[in-house]
Amino acid sequence: MAGNGETNGVAREEEGQKRVGVLALQGDFREHAEILRGLGVEPVEVRAVEDLEGLAGIIVPGGESTTIGKMMVSSGLLDGIRSYYYKGGPVWGTCAGMVLAASATTGPRQPLLGLMNALVERNGFGRQVHSFEADLEVDGFEEPFTGVFIRAPFFEDVGPGVEVLSKVGDRVVAARGENILVTAFHPELTDDVRFHEYFLREVCSI
Amino acid sequence: MAENGQLTGTFRVKSGMAQMLKGGVIMDVVDAEQARIAEEAGAVAVMALERVPADIRADGGVARMSDPEKIVEIQESVTIPVMAKARIGHFVEAQILEALEVDYIDESEVLTPADEKHHIDKAGFEVPFVCGATNLGEALRRIGEGAAMIRSKGEAGTGNVVEAVRHMRAIVGGIRRLGALEHEEMMTEAKNLGAPYELVRWVVENGRLPVVLFTAGGIATPADAALMMQLGADGVFVGSGIFKSGDPATRARAIVKATTHFKDAKAVAEASRGLGVAMVGREMGDLAEGERLATRGW
Repeated sequence: MAGNGETNGVAREEEGQKRVGVLALQGDFREHAEILRGLGVEPVEVRAVEDLEGLAGIIVPGGESTTIGKMMVSSGLLDGIRSYYYKGGPVWGTCAGMVLAASATTGPRQPLLGLMNALVERNGFGRQVHSFEADLEVDGFEEPFTGVFIRAPFFEDVGPGVEVLSKVGDRVVAARGENILVTAFHPELTDDVRFHEYFLREVCSI
Repeated sequence: MAENGQLTGTFRVKSGMAQMLKGGVIMDVVDAEQARIAEEAGAVAVMALERVPADIRADGGVARMSDPEKIVEIQESVTIPVMAKARIGHFVEAQILEALEVDYIDESEVLTPADEKHHIDKAGFEVPFVCGATNLGEALRRIGEGAAMIRSKGEAGTGNVVEAVRHMRAIVGGIRRLGALEHEEMMTEAKNLGAPYELVRWVVENGRLPVVLFTAGGIATPADAALMMQLGADGVFVGSGIFKSGDPATRARAIVKATTHFKDAKAVAEASRGLGVAMVGREMGDLAEGERLATRGW
């Protein structure tokens, strides 16, 4: 715990347990952390730039993207996560995290990480009464995945380097790039861990 | 409802919405300008109402759902979720709020109750509800009726956190005590709590409420917000505390910061500096029995 972090780091290396961050400024970060723990990786709550040190990946969870964005600016994590990403660090954004990962939004200006060449429509499916669950066909998944969409966004348009993994109608709701994954829905609110496994295996190479 | 393979209004979707608000501050606002200040300060949602609780107390009379005109004006001015209050038991106010597509309905003791025995049958709505509670039994009764989020009642509009503390301790302490129960004790406990057996059992097995637990009622400072978070709240409602203070924008930002970093005393200290005048508080002993809002709800 407190004290000699290096020793802990070495101990972990020996046990082979990887550390994956979850941005913990606001939103449902605890649900992601619990699933990660269940999959044998050590979740790390990220609240400051120093917390990014030594992470095998980071999840930007669901929450309010305007709130999280403002807090990322004031904590320095907006630049911190960008720099982590551009050095090759794996990132997964769910819902608010997908909004923040986009390079542009159709709505009012707000702080964005801009990691993915895509135009995002915030609350694209409408207000809460239109929030829904649906079984999705996902590229690379044999069985459908139940997506829980809550005031969810979608990508209206994607540029080169973005591979679409799933759509609802013509709306992109899951996509990936070299070291980034985004989902408009919330795998962390289900018991289905396939997206977490996918992130760890395919994006983080764990 | 099912349409094009899309299922709306499920409990997972309703309670999941509250999951996304965790660690955040929901602020009472009465118009578009206040809503923009709240959003700018980092609020995760706003609660649209006609008068803040402190004014409801001062003005007296019957307090009702807001004018839909005001709610729409607020919805159009921000992109964060907009909640609104309906009177306890007033299911038609709730139907109206659902038709307006507010993101959450607060069936609230701050408004004058419309039914002295029954709460709204919340499970039948597509829109999710948050309800106040003073103890675990009351929280589980509301969840039994379909509430997808619970908040402590506190004593709204007083700027005094003491009742919120009492209610949060009662709920969190009640959950902890359930953890020690043997299976054969659960039915008697359900009877004593006046709560549905299945929910008592769920809490025994999981050690928490099946929905998100926020706090409300009397939070006026960053320290109040951090106190409630340390006592086990998932997030904070602030009513009169912001817009009845000397510098609402600064205080709103400070309460947001203290809620995020509630375990970090340095950050809370930093957030507490130079905020100007807090709202004037009320001592509980000075409230007449009829002035106590937390006793509303059954």
